Amino acid sequence: MPSANIQVSETPLVLYALRRADDALILGHRLSEWCGHAPMLEEDMALSNIALDLIGQARELYTYAAKAEAKGSDEDKLAYLRDVRQYRNLLLVEQPNGDFAQTLVRQFFYSAFADLYWRAMMTSRDTTLAAIAAKSEKESAYHLRHASEWIIRLGDGTDESHRRAQAAIDHLWTFTGEMFGVDEGERALIHAGIAVDPASLRGRWLTTLSDIAREATLELPQNDWMQQGGRVGRHSEHLGHLLSELQSMQRTFPGLTW
Amino acid sequence: MYTQALNTAETDDRGLEDAARAAQFQARIDAEERIEPNDWMPAAYRKTLTRQISQHAHSEIVGMLPEGNWITRAPTLRRKAALLAKVQDECGHGLYLYAAAETLGTSREELVDAMLAGKAKYSSIFNYPALTWADIGTIGWLVDGAAIMNQIPLCRCSYGPYARAMIRVCKEESFHQRQGYEIMLTLCRGSDEQKAMAQDALNRWWWPVLMMFGPPDATSQHSDVSTKWKIKRFSNDELRQKFVDATVPQAQYLGLTIPDPGMIQDAEGHWRYSEIDWTEFKQVLAGNGPCNRDRMAERREAHEEGAWVREAAAAYAAKRAQRQTAQAAE
Repeated sequence: MPSANIQVSETPLVLYALRRADDALILGHRLSEWCGHAPMLEEDMALSNIALDLIGQARELYTYAAKAEAKGSDEDKLAYLRDVRQYRNLLLVEQPNGDFAQTLVRQFFYSAFADLYWRAMMTSRDTTLAAIAAKSEKESAYHLRHASEWIIRLGDGTDESHRRAQAAIDHLWTFTGEMFGVDEGERALIHAGIAVDPASLRGRWLTTLSDIAREATLELPQNDWMQQGGRVGRHSEHLGHLLSELQSMQRTFPGLTW
Repeated sequence: MYTQALNTAETDDRGLEDAARAAQFQARIDAEERIEPNDWMPAAYRKTLTRQISQHAHSEIVGMLPEGNWITRAPTLRRKAALLAKVQDECGHGLYLYAAAETLGTSREELVDAMLAGKAKYSSIFNYPALTWADIGTIGWLVDGAAIMNQIPLCRCSYGPYARAMIRVCKEESFHQRQGYEIMLTLCRGSDEQKAMAQDALNRWWWPVLMMFGPPDATSQHSDVSTKWKIKRFSNDELRQKFVDATVPQAQYLGLTIPDPGMIQDAEGHWRYSEIDWTEFKQVLAGNGPCNRDRMAERREAHEEGAWVREAAAAYAAKRAQRQTAQAAE
């Protein structure tokens, strides 16, 4: 019996787009899990809004990946018919929501990076990626502001919120290193002026984090052991559960139009 | 935390509510003038509106749950984004409505506490489960359709803040209704299994949706005075009939069967439905619907789990204000 999964020809450009699309979809999905359950209605709205931006980014990037692959795939096939080992997102974004502090710290780490990354990508020689970057940069600037404000409120709020925010930082820190790594294929895209080198953004990313952490009276961990694997499909156990929910309709009723 | 500094009219109501003011108030209503937050109003008008607007707000918020339960499982990315945006709209409606209710002098916190304590009601329809993807289509088509039927006349409600909130809410609801119908259309043009899913959802939602318009006119306890105050402009049965007349042709176009074998079209073209099971309605209102306990438990859990976040935000705001005052003093 043939596999229900699609097989993607992962050329460097396809893989590049897929990785960013998967980051956006998985993080958007995680945030959407809050809808109806946030600590206040304003945050139900804000987290849904951010989720919508991310799902929108994912759709554009999947569509571009499908076009680059040129094998008749589309955004839904790429999102719904790849298994956990075929997903290419960062380990950070698949981490469970945990409490509100964990969700916001995850968002803060990611958005502080994404904001710099998309801004730099606006000068990509690939005009589609440059256009996606221009839209995503505007969105991530808001995401970063929202997350930063919450990190400060939680860090400098009550003893409990401080403790929870610090615990979230300590827990998620080990997943941040992966954002700055590239493989050979991506290195070639960087040389061609299509992608930007994320390592070049690390200094500024760290400055953003340090500034906000200081204001929030929180500390960044000294531990620099970083978990890797998401970019090549070696995920945490959490992602399989997320995908089984995300993909349940397409897996139960294959090939239908919805 | 959410209280607004508006005239709480208690002293006015006690001291000044006299026949002359009440007559003047009624004359303004009769002249189709809008009543605004700082205007004098009878205590009962305030109470009725606070109850109605806050129930409406609670319904929007509890209404996020049955549909929210499908956001993580929506079958395509386009559907996922649309559903998330829709549920977000509902949250926004809840927010406007709480804000409108606050203009009558009760804080959002108090209103929410009353709901969480089980003292305030929300629409009975959200105590039914959304079991399949077709339920998402049906909720948009019928539940939002019924809500629009109820809410369009509220755009002319005598209380200004409520009327204005309703104008915006109705625009969005109408979009949701079309979106729901489009989901149904896609299912009905799909496989046999999809069409069966659509029919099954219609079968389960039809009667609860008719109950959304409230008890029959003969037994409705709030209608008379609400009509006099132009809060309500049509009776429950009038709105229900309008809804049925609008919906039957839509079901026919989809090729779906309304689950009412006794339904007939009368000489004037109205679709006459069979007797509604008001026992079920009363049981759902009394807390015995299939999801009442789950909905309340979910709302309470979100509220309790979020308490430390709200406390942190309040503590931080207080610290910041204190620092600003200290800086200003330097």
